[in-house]
Amino acid sequence: MSFLQLTGATVLGFFRAVGHITHFTIVAVSHCFRPPFYFQLIWRQIVEIGYYSLPVVGLTTVFAGMVLALQSYTGFARFAAGAESSIAKVVVLSITRELAPVLAGLMVAARVGSSIAAEIGTMRVTEQIDALTTLATEPFKYLVAPRVIAGIATLPVLILIGDVIGIFGGYIVAVYKLDFNAAIYLKNTWEFVQFTDVFSGLVKATVFGFVTTLMGCYQGYFSKGGAQGVGTATINAVVSSAILILILNYMITAMFFGA
Amino acid sequence: MKTPKIKLKNVHKRFGDKVVLDGLDLEIMPGESLVIIGGSGTGKSVTIKCILGLLTPDIGEIEIDGQSVLDISPVERNTINARIGMLFQHAALFDSLSVWENVAFGLIEGQGMLASTARDIALEKMAAVGLAEDTAEMHPSDLSGGMRKRVGLARAIAINPEIIFFDEPTTGLDPIMGDIINQLIVETTQNIGATGLSITHDMSSARKIADRIAMLYKGKIIWHGAVEEIEKTKNEFLRQFINGNSEGPIDFETAII
Ligand SMILES: Nc1ncnc2c1ncn2[C@@H]1O[C@H](COP(=O)(O)OP(=O)(O)OP(=O)(O)O)[C@@H](O)[C@H]1O
Ligand SMILES: [Mg+2]
Repeated sequence: MSFLQLTGATVLGFFRAVGHITHFTIVAVSHCFRPPFYFQLIWRQIVEIGYYSLPVVGLTTVFAGMVLALQSYTGFARFAAGAESSIAKVVVLSITRELAPVLAGLMVAARVGSSIAAEIGTMRVTEQIDALTTLATEPFKYLVAPRVIAGIATLPVLILIGDVIGIFGGYIVAVYKLDFNAAIYLKNTWEFVQFTDVFSGLVKATVFGFVTTLMGCYQGYFSKGGAQGVGTATINAVVSSAILILILNYMITAMFFGA
Repeated sequence: MKTPKIKLKNVHKRFGDKVVLDGLDLEIMPGESLVIIGGSGTGKSVTIKCILGLLTPDIGEIEIDGQSVLDISPVERNTINARIGMLFQHAALFDSLSVWENVAFGLIEGQGMLASTARDIALEKMAAVGLAEDTAEMHPSDLSGGMRKRVGLARAIAINPEIIFFDEPTTGLDPIMGDIINQLIVETTQNIGATGLSITHDMSSARKIADRIAMLYKGKIIWHGAVEEIEKTKNEFLRQFINGNSEGPIDFETAII
């Protein structure tokens, strides 16, 4: 194949994939709004995605907060004296705006995106999705919609919890390792943080929850070729949602805080 | 003349370069039980999937009750599929659900029946295929291949469908259970008056459940007729198939070196 042909084929392939995903997204979203709703399945997914992701999110954010406090303390000491008041602000700002949503979002993408892709992919290659259709049940409604709804609903809550845990991690390091005054640290945190900081993080969380569950469902739904195909679908789900999370993170940040 | 329950006209289906169905014509009358026979990989399962709308033919027409079922909306497809029972070749049970929930799935999700009522019906259908009540709470992964097949069968007949597809109902079963299942298929099709389309490699099973037999070869129906006619047929292909000879006109595309 010549270079031009290769470029052409790649570009065409890219647009075909974008069209495919867009169509899938529209169908999936439309099924989230039309009855019947499978409340039991939605609830099960909320537990699966939300509750069982708590340890991962907690661990990620607590260490992010701790390392942030430590790094900014040693970093600031190089050029500014009296860094003490800045540490709390740096921690709360970074955690709520960036680190909690992005780090925790990526962890959830790895955990939830892969499990959704593997489960739906296995159902595809073992003809269970065909069986759903023949039993007069719409696979989008039964499999995709509950996961997407649960993703959108639980991620903001997870990230809000992550915010608190992350700030707590910074507090631990500041107070117990760096010997800051606890009351002043908390006062600095509380007085400095603004509604938009937290809110922008939660908007990110909602979008990431949507993207992760959607990509998991998409890759699983169109997987083919047995166990190997399911493996590929799982990888693709994690990689594509991670990349989308990073791109969308920039776009949402620019939207909220871009000059 | 009556309208056929299912009618396929000039159906073509290919995967990439591989032509699977090549102008297939088939008619099944209401209440009739048709068995499709044919070599492995000739497109028997593909034929059923085309009728169910799981695959779309490249060219051709498929009608159920005289109505075209190609190019219909998903909602219309659901109403049609709600009248059809399907036993998949590899059972295709939902492994996140227990056995009885699998059997009752069409009743609960498709027809909106109460779970407790559906469970009773499911247990009844399970008993009919020789599954004891203690398997009800088990999960499909804990069952043997033959048991899974029977759960699939129970699931297919649970909704009392007008049309039933059986993709190799007796493969993987012992001869006695195979005979019980054959009997069951005959009874269900006769009792509900359902139209049946079955696929099998097992000629004794075919003789038992078929009113009519059709043979698929190279993407076309090359022979069809009443079940009594197969014994005295002069068709070389059919004779080779039912006698299981490796010598004959059938081209299995295998090169023996
Ligand atoms: N989804 C698919 N993609 C590509 N090829 C397919 C697909 N489904 C079936 N085929 C091909 O179509 C041909 C017919 O398959 P089919 O499953 O209908 O065979 P069959 O007659 O049911 O055989 P068997 O008796 O072994 O079950 C096979 O060669 C298979 O490779
Ligand atoms: Mg088959």
